[in-house]
Amino acid sequence: MIGRLLDSDLFYSFSRSPVTVLAALVTAVMMGAAAFAPWVAPHTPFDLATLDLLDAFLPPAWMPDGDPRYLLGTDDQGRDVLSTIIYGARVSLLVGFAAVFLAMFLGVALGLVSGYMGGMVDAVIMRIADVQLSFPTILIALLIDGVARGLLPRDMHEEMAIYVLIFAIGISGWVQYARTVRGSTLVEKRKEYVQAAQVIGIRPWLIMLRHVLPNVMGPVLVIGTIHLAIAIITEATLSFLGVGVPATQPSLGTLIRIGNDFLFSGEWWITIFPGAALAILVLSVNLLGDWLRDALNPKLR
Amino acid sequence: MPAETPPLLEVRDLRVEIPTRRGVLVAVDGVSFHIEEGEVLGVVGESGAGKSLTGAAIIGLLEPPGRIAAGRISLEGRRIDNLDAEAMRRLRGRRIGMIFQDPLTSLNPLYTIGRQLVETILTHTDLTERQAREHAIGLLAEVGIPSAAERFDHYPHQFSGGMRQRVVIALALCANPRLVIADEPTTALDVSIQAQIIALLKRLCREHGTAVMLITHDMGVIAETADRVAVMYAGRIVEIGPVREVIEQARHPYTIGLMGSIPLVGHDVERLSQIDGAMPRLDEIPAGCAFHPRCPHASERCRRERPERIALGNAEVACWHAGELAGRGAVTAGVVRERRENRNARTGDGRPLVELRDLARHFDVSAPWLTRLFSREGRKVLRAVDGVTLTIPRGTTFSLVGESGCGKSTVARLVVGLYRPSRGTILFDGQDYAKLDSHAAMAPVRRRLQMIFQDPYASLNPRWRVAEIVAEPLRAHGITRDRVEIRDRVGALLRQVGLSESDARKYPHEFSGGQRQRISIARALASRPEFLVCDEPTSALDVSVQAQILNLMRDLQRELGLTYLFISHNLAVVYYISDYVGVMYLGRLVEWAEAKSLFRDPKHPYTRMLLDTIPDLEMTGRRRAPVAGEVPSPISPPSGCAFHPRCPLATARCREMRPEPLPRGDGGEVACHAVAENRLPERAPRETPLRQEAD
Repeated sequence: MIGRLLDSDLFYSFSRSPVTVLAALVTAVMMGAAAFAPWVAPHTPFDLATLDLLDAFLPPAWMPDGDPRYLLGTDDQGRDVLSTIIYGARVSLLVGFAAVFLAMFLGVALGLVSGYMGGMVDAVIMRIADVQLSFPTILIALLIDGVARGLLPRDMHEEMAIYVLIFAIGISGWVQYARTVRGSTLVEKRKEYVQAAQVIGIRPWLIMLRHVLPNVMGPVLVIGTIHLAIAIITEATLSFLGVGVPATQPSLGTLIRIGNDFLFSGEWWITIFPGAALAILVLSVNLLGDWLRDALNPKLR
Repeated sequence: MPAETPPLLEVRDLRVEIPTRRGVLVAVDGVSFHIEEGEVLGVVGESGAGKSLTGAAIIGLLEPPGRIAAGRISLEGRRIDNLDAEAMRRLRGRRIGMIFQDPLTSLNPLYTIGRQLVETILTHTDLTERQAREHAIGLLAEVGIPSAAERFDHYPHQFSGGMRQRVVIALALCANPRLVIADEPTTALDVSIQAQIIALLKRLCREHGTAVMLITHDMGVIAETADRVAVMYAGRIVEIGPVREVIEQARHPYTIGLMGSIPLVGHDVERLSQIDGAMPRLDEIPAGCAFHPRCPHASERCRRERPERIALGNAEVACWHAGELAGRGAVTAGVVRERRENRNARTGDGRPLVELRDLARHFDVSAPWLTRLFSREGRKVLRAVDGVTLTIPRGTTFSLVGESGCGKSTVARLVVGLYRPSRGTILFDGQDYAKLDSHAAMAPVRRRLQMIFQDPYASLNPRWRVAEIVAEPLRAHGITRDRVEIRDRVGALLRQVGLSESDARKYPHEFSGGQRQRISIARALASRPEFLVCDEPTSALDVSVQAQILNLMRDLQRELGLTYLFISHNLAVVYYISDYVGVMYLGRLVEWAEAKSLFRDPKHPYTRMLLDTIPDLEMTGRRRAPVAGEVPSPISPPSGCAFHPRCPLATARCREMRPEPLPRGDGGEVACHAVAENRLPERAPRETPLRQEAD
């Protein structure tokens, strides 16, 4: 199995592109660190017992006044910036992945049905998609977030915030999947193996699931990867605007917002490092997505 | 010809390599030939033989990473394979013209054809713009474009496929090149257009004294056109010589097998001779003679040493055993051809299995309603099938032939239930199949009829293993759910179609086109159907593989008592496989009869025209009625008899009244006023074929 993978054209094109290898490495390190945050992070930034306000506003370790215990310095409450970044990336990636899976699930299902069934079903789904496309993503996410806040009781806001965020970002992203899958489904539907299944008498939903779906997933994975980067950015934007995750469970976006207040008073590291981490993460994921798109698209070879 | 004059084109030891990450593939290996002034050299071979790459190498259009690794190419004694891109560009068009396979993509859709012609003429000659225009219009008229001066300013999309290929030919000839390389110039065209284009190409080259390198997979086209022929196999020329000599006294076992595997109208054989296996892939070309694994005469020497071409008669053959094989003719290869006798007494009892009554399928091809509203146009209806009535007796093969757009594939899809009929009935074993609407009601009938598709690359789900593909009908029809039994039955099915049980674990992409078609047949047979609909099952396959599949279908019919509805545009294939043949034109069945009877005595002018398009592989020099016109659009078919605009016998009545089917006198029917009015001219009967059976 692994031998076959290493021998595949995909792996060959991967190993031939140093930028992609670097991007994959960076992504893997950041995701790994986020996933194993409690073991990787030097401090536990949200354990109030370990915090000491006397350590607040310490600059990075290599600067004068820096403390070797805090490599990237500390924030206004004496939390280690590196640790908050690791924990923040955890939230960002969690929201990103969950939102992507939600959007993917919705979009693939609707696109498949739309493309395979055609007719009225197709028209209705695609018109909804068109309407949604005419609104900016961030606006839709803000709208859903606002509605959710209005509907949920106040004391649930904090704990539900992350789910609302996932839902908002997921819902605003399904259209891309639906359109792509619909297009590929229209192509696959005309292929003779689908007709062969129809002649055998397989039921439509089984044909969609077992025959068409596996053959339209290639582009979906590409969009998924690129969407992950977008979802992380959207989450950061929302958190930066203050409608995202609560400060007790900060994501990279929240960290940037908090640090933003201190940018002009000289404590630049509180916002610059989370910002850089976000930029590097998104860039790496994006590069991976671009490579995957090129590698899976035979026309560009 | 004096020896000191160099030939127009000389290719010596050409070697084309394609470097890949798994090593260098040799696609063309040690190919040498020459073309004299005004000569037509046919290059024939199956896909993967390297014939197109040879053409591309000569004209300097090898796609990277492909490269010329060795050898030399000289045009009029001047070496051209080492020219730089700019010098090669000036050579192309002026000295060497090129005609590609697909007329759709070889013209720029954004420019008028006139502009494309004038531009090319101006690039390569010293004519003024005005002269160039006149020259271009003259050329268009010469290639048979009616009212050339008016059509000069039309865009490519305003021309039909056949007309576009004529424009492409005009484009290739406009600087009066000495050599034209035509790569499968007729493959994308319908048979009637194909015959016209071949005739045109032949006439033009004779008149202009242009030499042609004609690359094709179709021996018939070569026989019609070429002076000499080179047969390629696995990147090498295995036999080259005068066309008559190569066709009638093939000496290389591959050529012999290839010729034997081509079905011919008028030849009654029980089985086609077949070459087993398929052309090797580029990364596994065998050592020694590349053909030896498929060769019935292969010896130890063939496995070790690679044969060089030796002269034999006027031809040259690359085979260690060419001397012994010479003169043994096509009959010696592989299976002995038997005479076919009492074919109708095969399996059936003559009772009808499938009956179509006034079957019709119309498609709404209107623009969206908003567009219709603004442009004030009505609904457009495509009458793909418009009233077809036919009966298929049990155990027989009924074939439908016709050009693209005649509705034959739509009939196939209607019969298996992929489309619902707009009108008419489909009786399967007496039951009106088209009226069944619930999934459950259709299931028992579905089990009894299956379909084999055209494209072996699209008809198998690429993500499924062969075992799953073949087992799908078993599971779907609930025939068995037992794993062991499914495995056994899949194994048995694979063996039945000539594959091995171990193939069940592989994925479709690991098989060649012919093997995939076998998998497709195994799947179709899984539910033990009585009736198979075969939609062009061999048209995507190479000739030698086609023979294998046709033989397999024949064998299966005999063993299992199958009934076939066979769809094809290839009349020779139809003649070989069918008991009954129906000819379709624009959605209607214009004539049908027992196969031999129809081919011996075609009555409908369209049937006659189709039969005249069959390339004359026997080279009898038979004079044939020139084929006229193209198939009109089925959206607005001509009034009356739809064939009347192309028919030499059309009268006012034909233009106004649709002819009703009349008995042909042999059980078949023909729908033609000329037949009804008894004004059908006599048709010269087919002469006895030159290449007789040996027995």
